[in-house]
Amino acid sequence: MKTSHLQEQWTALRTIVTKEILRFARIWVQTVLPPMITTALYLVIFGGLIGSRIGEMDGYRYMDFIVPGLIMLAVITNSYANVVSSFFSSKFQRHIEELMVSPVPNTLIILGFVGGGVARGLTVGIAVTIVSLFFSPLSVHSVAVTVSVVVLTSVVFALAGLINGVFARSFDEISIMPTFVLTPLTYLGGVFYSVSLLPDFWQSLSQLNPILYMVDAFRYGLLGTSDLALGTSYSIILAFIVALYLFALAILNRGIGIRS
Amino acid sequence: MTNPALEIRGLHKTYRNGFEALKGIDLTVAPGSFFALLGPNGAGKSTTIGIITSLINKTSGTVRVFGHDLDHEIQEVKRSIGVVPQEFNFNTFEPVGEIVVNQAGYYGIPRQEAWRRTRHYLGELGLWDQRKEMARTLSGGMKRRLMIARALVHEPRLLILDEPTAGVDIELRRSMWDFLRNINCDGRSIILTTHYLEEAERLCRSIAIIDHGRIVANTTMKSLLAKLDTETVVLDLLAPAERLPAHDSIVLRAVDELTLEADISRGQSLNILFQLLDRHAIKVQSMRNKTNRLEELFIRMTQTPSNRGKEIRTAR
Ligand SMILES: Nc1ncnc2c1ncn2[C@@H]1O[C@H](COP(=O)(O)OP(=O)(O)O)[C@@H](O)[C@H]1O
Ligand SMILES: [Mg+2]
Repeated sequence: MKTSHLQEQWTALRTIVTKEILRFARIWVQTVLPPMITTALYLVIFGGLIGSRIGEMDGYRYMDFIVPGLIMLAVITNSYANVVSSFFSSKFQRHIEELMVSPVPNTLIILGFVGGGVARGLTVGIAVTIVSLFFSPLSVHSVAVTVSVVVLTSVVFALAGLINGVFARSFDEISIMPTFVLTPLTYLGGVFYSVSLLPDFWQSLSQLNPILYMVDAFRYGLLGTSDLALGTSYSIILAFIVALYLFALAILNRGIGIRS
Repeated sequence: MTNPALEIRGLHKTYRNGFEALKGIDLTVAPGSFFALLGPNGAGKSTTIGIITSLINKTSGTVRVFGHDLDHEIQEVKRSIGVVPQEFNFNTFEPVGEIVVNQAGYYGIPRQEAWRRTRHYLGELGLWDQRKEMARTLSGGMKRRLMIARALVHEPRLLILDEPTAGVDIELRRSMWDFLRNINCDGRSIILTTHYLEEAERLCRSIAIIDHGRIVANTTMKSLLAKLDTETVVLDLLAPAERLPAHDSIVLRAVDELTLEADISRGQSLNILFQLLDRHAIKVQSMRNKTNRLEELFIRMTQTPSNRGKEIRTAR
């Protein structure tokens, strides 16, 4: 009885995740290809043309320094974008009702959408990594740190995208957060520079930016150097996951944005 | 004692904008029945269905489905119900087959079994050949049938259809009716909302009429139709009648100064009417039959100046 119930839940979760993966896979030209192209452009322009004049950053070739940041940038934006647009369009086209009438608990709805977001984040992350191989050799200092940081970061932004999707009432409202919050924080999160270059005041301010910790921990996983303590980074990422999950669950339980 | 398929008590719904869409609804649907919820646009049909199917929050009242309380046994309630909403609510960029299979997946039905059932229901509804096509390429009637297949794939005991034949052409409507009748014969309870009177009359054994968020009738189709065993004739008068005579078996109403309506039971002789009119010196110039049957009753029960006649006649 108990196991069959678990089996049913597993089937439901797999159904949602598979559906989410098929959704972005069907439109890969819009979802997977663009970040590959932008990353290639960043690497050619910043890494190659400008980077050769910058010299070293934290003891690495500028090109090698920005690769981890660019991978994270792609993972973050794509994890977020996948969930926010999928959830919002399921409200817009009303097929969120398919889930609402079914006995799938809200926890599984969250896990399912987040699973889809992480799948897209990782797919794009891998695609971008492959692109970067043409510019910079891939060295992995610690597989465990690299993989865990990228997956956990992807979960954070998939959850954030879900929350945005729940509240959004128009297509405008699904692009406000990425444009005005996510992109600036990512760019200021040490994708293109080491925060140790900043004056003290700006360094302290930067430490309020959660993305800084994610990029830094990821860079540690690949290169083996970091500006911040690894433990702090993990704690912050995990704290965000717990908080965002609880918030997402609360708003889904209340039916915000979906049940009148 | 078997539980009713649906039991609603004191159901109220006030939307956020303050609009009171349901003003205390009581409804009981026996298991196995084919039940019609009939009412003009805006009466509260979709609101009621939305609440039963967890798409809309109720303000107060209780809903039980086969004895399971919506507030405490939501999982059982959800498993018991399949719903075909009034508006299309599937992903139009998903293939037809996947829409149905995924729905089965949400109910925990394993993939292989899900495809077997999808094949069965899409087949019955004439859509199996379209299983690989994107849902957006289907015609309106096909989309409606897709939603029926999707609602049945977890084999619910209660099927709820919100205006399933709106915008569906006559021929297709007939075949949909046959399909639903078969489903009902297999033991599934069906609740159907409609504003097509003919549909309710043909399909349903029990009926409730809803208007302005209130149930105005809840009975069997038979007893409702029995009420129609009166016929209404319209009398155009030569001169205004001074006073309307009272009579045991004939009801007279003044429509305006020169027009009367008379309800007489079927089988009663018209001579009685004329004797009555003669006795009171009411001079009749001409007489005609008023269209009768359900619509007549419906209009009488949901009488407001705004919806009177209009909706009903165009719907037919
Ligand atoms: N989300 C909503 N907010 C406010 N009023 C609503 C909402 N949905 C429906 N209504 C109103 O509630 C009434 C009943 O609507 P509905 O249940 O859809 O009627 P029916 O299905 O019988 O046509 C209508 O007057 C409608 O305008
Ligand atoms: Mg309606």
